[in-house]
Amino acid sequence: MTAISERQQRAYIASQAADMRVNVELETEGMTLNIGPQHPATHGTLRIIVKLDGEQVVAADPVPGYMHRGYEKLTEVRTFPQVNTLINRIDWLGSFANEVPFILAAEQLMEVEAPPRAQWIRTLLFELSRIANVTLFLGDMAVQLGAVTPVFYAFRDREYVLNLIESATGGRFHPNFDRIGGLKDDLPKGWIAETKQVMVKVNAFCDELEALLLGNEIFNVRTRGIGVIPPEVALSYGLSGANLRASGVDWDHRRDTQVGLVYDKLDWKVWTHPDGDSFARYWVRLQEVREAAKMVIQLCDGLPSGPIMAKVPRIIKVPEGEAWVATENPLGEMGYYVVSKGDLVPFRVKIRSASFNNISIVPWLLRGVYVPDVITILASLYFILGDIDR
Amino acid sequence: MSSTDTDNADGAPATDELRNSLVEGLTGELHDGVVASHLLPGRDLWVRVTADAWETAGRVSRDLLGCSYFCYLSVIDWLPSPFGRSMDSSVDNLLEGVTAKEPEPMTHGVAGGDTRFQLIARLYDVHRHVGVNLKADVPDDTLTMATWTKLFGGANWHEREAYEMFGITFAGHPSLRKLYLPGDFEGYPLRKDFPLLSRMVKPWPGIVDVEGMPGVADDEGGE
Repeated sequence: MTAISERQQRAYIASQAADMRVNVELETEGMTLNIGPQHPATHGTLRIIVKLDGEQVVAADPVPGYMHRGYEKLTEVRTFPQVNTLINRIDWLGSFANEVPFILAAEQLMEVEAPPRAQWIRTLLFELSRIANVTLFLGDMAVQLGAVTPVFYAFRDREYVLNLIESATGGRFHPNFDRIGGLKDDLPKGWIAETKQVMVKVNAFCDELEALLLGNEIFNVRTRGIGVIPPEVALSYGLSGANLRASGVDWDHRRDTQVGLVYDKLDWKVWTHPDGDSFARYWVRLQEVREAAKMVIQLCDGLPSGPIMAKVPRIIKVPEGEAWVATENPLGEMGYYVVSKGDLVPFRVKIRSASFNNISIVPWLLRGVYVPDVITILASLYFILGDIDR
Repeated sequence: MSSTDTDNADGAPATDELRNSLVEGLTGELHDGVVASHLLPGRDLWVRVTADAWETAGRVSRDLLGCSYFCYLSVIDWLPSPFGRSMDSSVDNLLEGVTAKEPEPMTHGVAGGDTRFQLIARLYDVHRHVGVNLKADVPDDTLTMATWTKLFGGANWHEREAYEMFGITFAGHPSLRKLYLPGDFEGYPLRKDFPLLSRMVKPWPGIVDVEGMPGVADDEGGE
C-alpha cells in the first residue's frame, strides 16, 4: 500500500505545481473544442464538447444519440423471441451476453428453467463473448496511447474466438442463439477440443500483452494516476464491471447473483485493483480475460449431457408480472426490467446497459485533465456506442 | 396506509430477513411515505413511495440502508396503447382508414399504482448483495418529481432520458435538456400514445411468426 500512497502523493504535488504554473505564467482564453461525432480518437459516434483553458479541460459534455435506435420502443411491438434479435445489437462485440439477461428475465416470469446442459453452454458462450469483447479493448487501449501493433495481435486472436462462436451459433457477431427455455442448437462435433486449443492462444495473448505493455514506461506514465475514480463516486454514478472493480469495489454479478448461470460451480477469482486509475482498469480487464479463459476450459471439461431445451409452448406468452435480471457483461452490469401483461409482446422493457452509466461519469472525470489524457481516459472506461445509445 | 404482500417463489425461503429489514428501514424513516411493498423472498423487492417521499427514499436507501450503487432510473407508462399492438394488424391501417382503438382500462404492476406514469429506480448494496426497486407515482397534473442528482451523480443522464422520452420534469435538475433526441424533436416517444409510425403505415412482416400452425390450437403449441 506504501507504493500507492507515494504515487498519489507525487500526483498531488504535480497537480499543485501545474495549477501554480497556469496561475502564474499566463492568462489564457477559453476555447470550445468538438471531439467527434466523427473523429479517429472516438469509438463510434460519441461527440464530446470540451471547454479548454490552455491544455486543461474546464468542462466536458458528451453528446450521445447519434446512434439511438429506440430499442425500448421497438420491444413493445415485437414478440419475446423477436426481441432477442434487437438486443443482440446493443453491445455488438459481445452479443451473446446481451441475450442472456433478457432470456433469463422471461424465463423467470414464465417459471421455466433451462436444462443443465443449456445453462453450461450459455455460461460457456457468455465467457467466450467476454474474451472476444475485452481482447479488442486490450489492443485498442494501446492504440490510444500511440502503440499500433497490439491491436493487430488483438484482432488476430479475437478472430479465433469469433470463429468458435460462429461455428457454434452460426453468427460471428450476432449469434441470436439463446431461446426461452434453452438454446437453439447443441454444440457441433469437435468444438470442445478446438475451444481448448484456442484458450491456449488467448492465454498466450494475455502474456504477450502483459510483457509488451504493463512494464512499458510510456504506458505507465500515461495511465498511472490518470483518471482516478474513487469508489464512492463510482457507485454514485452507477459504474459497473471492471470500471468499478478497478476502483476497489469487490462486486461481481457472476459470483454474487445466482440467476441461472453456473459460475458457482467453477473455480475462479474476482480481481480488483485499489488505484481506480486508467492503469487499474486495464489491469483488471487483462486479468478478467485470463479468468474467462480459465472458466471456459473448466466449462468444457464439466459440460453435462442431456437436453438443451426445456418444454415450452411453441407460441410464447409470458405471464403477467415484472422481473429484473442483470448479469455481469463484458462492459459491466447489463440488466433488463421486463414488464409483461400476459401477452405475446412485452409491455415495457427497460434496458439498463453498462456503458450508459459508465460514460455518464465523463463530465465529472474529465474536469481538470489535459487534452491528451481525455482520449486515454475515455479508452480506459471502455464503452461501445450501441451500449450507450441503445 | 402501508400494506405488504409476500409471494413465495418456488424453492425460495419463506422469509427474507435481509429484504424485510430494508422495508422496515424505509417504513421507519418515511412512515406514511411508503405506500406499498412487494417481496419475493430470495429474489427481489419492490417498495412504492409517495411522490413527496421520493427524494427522501433515495437518501434513506443510500445513507441508512447501504444501497449506494445507483443502477438506473426510468419511467413506466401504464396507459394501454391506444393503437393496440400494431403488429396485430394484417391490413394497412392508413389506407384502410382504421382509427385508434378504444383504450382498455389501465392496470398497474407489482406494488400497485394510481397514476399513469410511474417512476422506477433500482438501488443496490454491493456489500450485502441486495437491491431494492423503488417506485413512485408521478402526479398526473404536474408530471414533476424531485431530482435525485444531488444524491446520485448517475441520475443526471437517466433523468434527462426520462424527461425527453416521457415528458417528466425533475425539479432541481441542473440541466434538464434532451439527451438523445435532436433539440427540436416534438413529442415524447416512449409514451404509449406516441405512435410507432412505421408500424402504423405498413403491417409488420414478422406477423407470420406468431400465426398458429395449421391444425394446431392457438397458443397451446406443439412439442
